[in-house]
Amino acid sequence: MTTTLKLPPIETGRSVFGKIIHAREVGLIVLIIALVAVTTVIQPSFLFSDGGFRELLRQPTILILIALGQAIVIITRNIDLSVGSILCLCTYLSGWLFANVPGIPIPVVVVIGILLGAFLGLINGLLVAFLKVPSLVITLGTLYAYRGIAILWIGPHFIRSSWLPPEYRKLGTMQVFGIPVLLIIVAIVVLLVGWFMTNRRAGRDLYALGSNPEAATLFGLSERRLTLNAFVTSGALAGLGGLVYLSIYATGDAKVGTGYELESVAAAVVGGVAIIGGSGTIWGVALGAFFLATISSALPVLGVPSLWQQSIVGVFIVGAILLDRLLFLNRTLQAKRKGRAL
Amino acid sequence: MTHTPLLELKGVTKSFGAVAALVDADLALDAGSIHAVIGENGAGKSTLVKIIGGLYRRDNGEFLLEGESVDFQNTHEAKASGISVIYQEPTLFPDLSVAENLFVGRQPYTRFGFLDRARMRRETRELTLRLGVPIDPDREARGLSIADQQVVEIAKSISVGAKVIIMDEPTAALSGIEVERLMGIARQLRDEGKGLIFISHRFDEVFALCDVLTVMRDGSYVATNQTAEVTEDEIIRQMVGRSVENLFPKEVAEVGDAVLEVENLTSIGVFEDVSFTVRSGEIVCFAGLVGAGRSEIARAIFGVDGYDSGSVRIGGAKVARRNPAAAMRLGMGFVPEDRRKQGLAMTAGVQTNITMAIRNRLARFGIITSRLEEPSARNWAARLQVKTNALDTEAQMLSGGNQQKLVLGKWLATEPKFLIVDEPTRGIDVGTKAEVHRLLSELAGNGVALLMISSELPEVLGMADRVLVVREGRITAEFSREAATPENVMYAATHAPEVAA
Repeated sequence: MTTTLKLPPIETGRSVFGKIIHAREVGLIVLIIALVAVTTVIQPSFLFSDGGFRELLRQPTILILIALGQAIVIITRNIDLSVGSILCLCTYLSGWLFANVPGIPIPVVVVIGILLGAFLGLINGLLVAFLKVPSLVITLGTLYAYRGIAILWIGPHFIRSSWLPPEYRKLGTMQVFGIPVLLIIVAIVVLLVGWFMTNRRAGRDLYALGSNPEAATLFGLSERRLTLNAFVTSGALAGLGGLVYLSIYATGDAKVGTGYELESVAAAVVGGVAIIGGSGTIWGVALGAFFLATISSALPVLGVPSLWQQSIVGVFIVGAILLDRLLFLNRTLQAKRKGRAL
Repeated sequence: MTHTPLLELKGVTKSFGAVAALVDADLALDAGSIHAVIGENGAGKSTLVKIIGGLYRRDNGEFLLEGESVDFQNTHEAKASGISVIYQEPTLFPDLSVAENLFVGRQPYTRFGFLDRARMRRETRELTLRLGVPIDPDREARGLSIADQQVVEIAKSISVGAKVIIMDEPTAALSGIEVERLMGIARQLRDEGKGLIFISHRFDEVFALCDVLTVMRDGSYVATNQTAEVTEDEIIRQMVGRSVENLFPKEVAEVGDAVLEVENLTSIGVFEDVSFTVRSGEIVCFAGLVGAGRSEIARAIFGVDGYDSGSVRIGGAKVARRNPAAAMRLGMGFVPEDRRKQGLAMTAGVQTNITMAIRNRLARFGIITSRLEEPSARNWAARLQVKTNALDTEAQMLSGGNQQKLVLGKWLATEPKFLIVDEPTRGIDVGTKAEVHRLLSELAGNGVALLMISSELPEVLGMADRVLVVREGRITAEFSREAATPENVMYAATHAPEVAA
């Protein structure tokens, strides 16, 4: 006996969900524009000066790269606190190569810098995946261990701009149609990573793992492999961040990158990545990093006492988390209502 | 008539350490049929499912899929061979959309290397419509009802071309209408030629839905029956069929006055209108299936959870709601089911654990020292024969049986008038089991009133002075020690009460 039930057509919730999901990106863009506008009105040289516009677009690039890697790690329910130390080692190694291997081609140095980052990320990943120790503890350890290696190796020395080939130094200031080349490079990286995370199975698996690790294991996804992938990517992006740092500042000592570990977490959270993993977009993270970097360059221009600057960044982080919580509760409520209606 | 079954297990065994979970399991599933596997808790059904699903590997025996011997290393291989398991609590990814949940790991791509979301959406819609349960493919899986989550899981099974679909107690968390819907889907799948294994405790469902019934007991195969040719009584006999006489002799104790009086205890949606008394020297057992609400009632009595109405009295004094400390002051003790998580401080020593509930009494000027703890700890460890060479041995180093004795010791040290023991012998070897039973019996002999929760029928029948059967949050039957038989207790636990005896 088969009775065909006539069921009402279901309306797709895309409009509702689409709005919520995109609200974060739209909101951040609005915030960034407002911040730049207000700052410029108060202090026109912020935007309309020789280097002002370039600085505005160039300065966030490092944080964007690091935050992307951090976000990927957080999406898998982990955290990578060693990114700042990795950046330092990669920056110095790249500078050292230019100084000590005469005539070394720039692409070779770039590849080596990224590989070193990936290798340090691999160590993190192996420790987390095989020792089953929470990544918070492991990467807290490697944060100090990598920094210690940097201090041992670099000591009181620092990279001098004379070490670098002129072409590499030019990369930091080069512009195409007024847009810094570095931003273009980073934008391409963002697009690639974003495409990978939203449109490739390997990227979706990372979301699945963070969303429900037990289900992922039952499903036959390899937690180890995915964890390794995430940490290697994070390390590689920190390595690339180091190269960008080198081209912007043409210097670097054993303290470079200190503080990026938490700034990148902040950028990911402000960008909409849930700290418990499983959700958040790469576009949001890139905008979150851009926003935070812009705040820290705008606040001094606005005359906000430096004592207050960190507090203001903190307010945005807490605000972002509260916003997520409210959106989440609202979403759960709506989902429940819908579930009942069916 | 010889034919090759879709899936066949012969003499499969599986042990975890010294504990044998499956002894000799047989099963033959035909295509186009629904095959029920039933048995008491601990009969080995779940282990069997996990072996078929590739989560565990069997130690011995044959496992044939369409006549070919298979040996799955992981769930992935089982899935690739067309076996799909739907667990009681479905395992979806809450942050991903319904459509993506269906396609995890095999999302289609467009020509340009993007996910083909339109196709996933379309196929998800088609599948859920075919199952008669349209679910919005774009919504997050978070917040879906359990029933809808199961539908998503079933849709996933179909879309990967599963030939064998195993449902592990799928109806436990469903409402009546949802059960009907699920049964409709199961029949539809059967008619499409798939083989279904259906695991359930509920006889009415099993008899209404399944073509073949395999009964398991204590990890081994008992019998396979055609549903049409068998009665419920016959199945119950197969499930419990063993002698329980004198396995756990409770010594006769003098039954005195009522110690615990529970009246009309109700927690909306959890249990309802529960009334009973336990007298000193008496062991009252809660029998019933896992999930019937027995532990929940016990937790409410002790005050770990709240309740909406009703009252609990100890020796005539009213016990405050949601206040375990007050319950303890009145002489109540509670040995929880999960001793690792709720009963012991696993990284603390034996001594600390035993004296944990009486520290305030032992402390002098609010300060507790090892010297103050020791006499009491030594006394109880000796009386319970906790096998450990030192009182500072960490609790996690002890065997399950010794851990259980430790938890008991902790509560006995408080010298309770009334003690709740929830599944006191789960995961304990046979020898220690008898010791735990002897202890409980001795306690009753000393005038303590005991409420024991157990899912093992022999234990219930051996220990209880009175058996109260709990089913779906209500006490549905009461048997005296003399009147209780495996058959009537099992019947009451699996059937809605139809006639008032």
